[in-house]
Amino acid sequence: MAESAEVSHAPGHDDHHHEESFWSKYVFSTDHKMIAMQYMFTGMAMALIGGFFAYAFRMQLAFPGMDVPFFGTVSPADYNSLVTNHGTIMIFWVAMPVLIAAFGNYLIPLMIGCDDMVFPRINRLSYQIFLLSAIVLIASFFVPGGGFGGAWTSYPPLSAKPEYNLTPLGATLWLVAVALEFVAFLLGGINFITTAMNARAKGMKLYDIPMVIWMIVVASILFMASVGPLIAGAVMLFMDQNVGTAFFDPDKGGDPVLWQHLFWFFGHPEVYVVLLPALGIVAEIITTFSRKKLFAYRTVLYTVFGTGILSFTVWAHHQFIAGVDPRMAHVFTVTTLLISVPIAEMCFVYIATLYGGSITLNTPMLWALAFIGEFLIGGVTGIFLGASGADIYLHDTYFVLAHFHYTFYPIAIIGTYAGFTYWFPKMFGKMMDDRLGRIHFWLTIIPFNLIFIPLFFLGAAGQHRRIYNYEHFPDLQGPLMLGFTYQDFREIATYSLLVMLGAQVIFFYNVIKSWISGEAAGNNPWKANSLEWVATSPPPHGNFSEELEVFRGPYEYSHPDRDEDYWPQNEPA
Amino acid sequence: MAFRPIANTRSASGIPTAKLATWWVVGSEIVIFGGLLASYIMHRLAHDAWSEQAAHTNVYIGLFNTFVLLSSSLSAVLAHKAAEEGNGAKAAKLLYYTMGGALIFVLVKSAEWTMEITHGFTITSSTFWSFYYTAAGLHAVHVIAGAIIMGIVAADAKKNQELHRVELIGIYWHFVDIVWIFLFPLLYIAK
Amino acid sequence: MLEKFFDDGHGHTSYVKVWVLLLVLLLISFVGPFLEIQAVTLITAFGIAVVKAFIVAKYFMHITMEKRFVTYIMVTLLVFMFLFFAGTAPDVMKHEGSGWEKPAWKAELTATHDGHGGHEADHH
Repeated sequence: MAESAEVSHAPGHDDHHHEESFWSKYVFSTDHKMIAMQYMFTGMAMALIGGFFAYAFRMQLAFPGMDVPFFGTVSPADYNSLVTNHGTIMIFWVAMPVLIAAFGNYLIPLMIGCDDMVFPRINRLSYQIFLLSAIVLIASFFVPGGGFGGAWTSYPPLSAKPEYNLTPLGATLWLVAVALEFVAFLLGGINFITTAMNARAKGMKLYDIPMVIWMIVVASILFMASVGPLIAGAVMLFMDQNVGTAFFDPDKGGDPVLWQHLFWFFGHPEVYVVLLPALGIVAEIITTFSRKKLFAYRTVLYTVFGTGILSFTVWAHHQFIAGVDPRMAHVFTVTTLLISVPIAEMCFVYIATLYGGSITLNTPMLWALAFIGEFLIGGVTGIFLGASGADIYLHDTYFVLAHFHYTFYPIAIIGTYAGFTYWFPKMFGKMMDDRLGRIHFWLTIIPFNLIFIPLFFLGAAGQHRRIYNYEHFPDLQGPLMLGFTYQDFREIATYSLLVMLGAQVIFFYNVIKSWISGEAAGNNPWKANSLEWVATSPPPHGNFSEELEVFRGPYEYSHPDRDEDYWPQNEPA
Repeated sequence: MAFRPIANTRSASGIPTAKLATWWVVGSEIVIFGGLLASYIMHRLAHDAWSEQAAHTNVYIGLFNTFVLLSSSLSAVLAHKAAEEGNGAKAAKLLYYTMGGALIFVLVKSAEWTMEITHGFTITSSTFWSFYYTAAGLHAVHVIAGAIIMGIVAADAKKNQELHRVELIGIYWHFVDIVWIFLFPLLYIAK
Repeated sequence: MLEKFFDDGHGHTSYVKVWVLLLVLLLISFVGPFLEIQAVTLITAFGIAVVKAFIVAKYFMHITMEKRFVTYIMVTLLVFMFLFFAGTAPDVMKHEGSGWEKPAWKAELTATHDGHGGHEADHH
């Protein structure tokens, strides 16, 4: 695929040396920064759709049967479609494009000191395919039968047989959208990996690469290496849906558990695909705002590689109750508990980096610190689910749901806000309003915890997921704890969600206000070391006015021999 | 000259950028075919009845197609050699031979499938036949895509332009060949 | 080991010689099953496929002339596929487990026990 796009471009075509029209500058640009912004804002728009879906089904859960404002009555089929597409959108159309594609595109060329991605036109193609996939997904909500409602994991036979899922067209379009999205990220990922491997500025050795770049590259490799079986699986599922084969139909000689393996062999590394960039963003922020060197750079790097390899050995812990071989379940329990070690180590490394630093508590730093704390809760609750015995009780309850929201929310939302507020001065040349930023932070982080902590208790008390109306289950209605009933907890979660969604208005107001009338940022407002801060803000097409040379690692803060507390990578000794 | 960023001309890893990316493409294909073939093999090992189905595949056609693909790989590697010597015209001629091989492969495959389908072995006949058509079909898609890209590379090579791409399309082509080297015993020989 | 054999007399690889060897190997893998010994079939079919793949990778793709890490990456990806196989096969290769069964496969097994010829009827 990589060659085809490169080769097919006619020689002699060059749209970069003359005045650019609106279309070539904003829509068909090959500039990595513009493509990053396209990914960023498409991802944010999709996040609004995903958030709206969450609003609709949370309202239904808290107030069953009500006429939800801006949506209407949520029917059971709507409910299934809403939860399915909420999950799909938030993982594939928000976390992936924003964390990997947007930050990867923006940061890789700037932080390694080159003018663009190595294959700018493949980069543009990648975004165009991604946009197409988003359009296909959105279209799937409006086809006859409605959007696909078989959960984001799309287990057959529910996903394979129209007589079960009742959404033949929706299910197929969902699958096509996901497959297109994989193609987009394969193109983008190979571009990222190649760029970081080959296009580094003169003098930048492997250990001089900022941690966020390493992590985005490792994440791209993990994606590339894990998605293959799922692409094969998607082809097979597509045939099951539309041609009449029976790869996943046990009545005709297939095996539904095979799909689960194909899916989770990708699905588990996928968690690390989005986690690693977020961890990298946090590493950049906490070193800058505690004015300290990253604790144990090399150890962190080896840990990242170790985590990447281990992440391929844990996938079946999602399937403990699917009837997998109990002996294999033991193996997967052990590997799952093992993989918590490197991640825990990473948290300790970050805390050690903070220790004794001179800490600035501004908006990006608050998000970064919140990431560590909240992700810790997600990680610790994962231990219960990784142990096959405990998982039999907890599986498919709200405990699982709360657990993965405590991992994915810090990754996709907190990590994104951390990175966005930290690099905003570089992206738009203006400073963000820090006071509004902090108000937005607190109004997001407190409701977030109030949404999901009640769900832990509900899940531990046995509340099953995938139930449309809990009024039908008298066992799940009575008193739960502290004088509250189950229903009270559901309502607390829903009210908190409303507050959290409302608080996002502050963010968008802040972005627009700062973009228009913010204080000029200058090249290096945070006094940070890495190369992107050498370029003007925002950087022009081509990024740097001269070729850079790198002399040291990116985390030389508070060096004892220097008057200034930072030491840019490109400054000669 | 097409627009080329400075980034594209650097090679910190020691491998030219385009070739490095080609290897990564090959890597991503390994896992796609790997997942499919692993799924097939585990079914095949478990189901004794599948060998009787496999007995209906035509081993002579498989043999001929393997011969065609191996030979097309030979002309692809000879094209690479010609390109290295700077002989673009010869490289283009050899690439056209390879494309001819791809054409023969696809035509023979269509005839074979037509024969099998008329004998009642369709993609829905049994899971063996589902895997047979899916695996060979996915491979055939790669053959067709490779041949199209090869045509573009050959057209450039003829004008002595972008000769390094002859090697890259060759690497991809040999990979498609290797996939078939495994598909041949899996689908045709093992009975 | 094969370098000498493939030498074209000028210190370069003779690709035609490589191709001839590949065809000879292909022929062996084709003839193997005619001996009707299963072990021989497996070796001639899959053992030779591995050898052929190795020869194509080395002499046509020139993977050994590349930086070492390319080989390592390709091998790692292959290892991941074996890992996938090892984790998945124990489930897929069973016709029943705790709380589930595969009806079609069980029917197939009963047919085999009842006598031969059940399959043909099943599949056509």
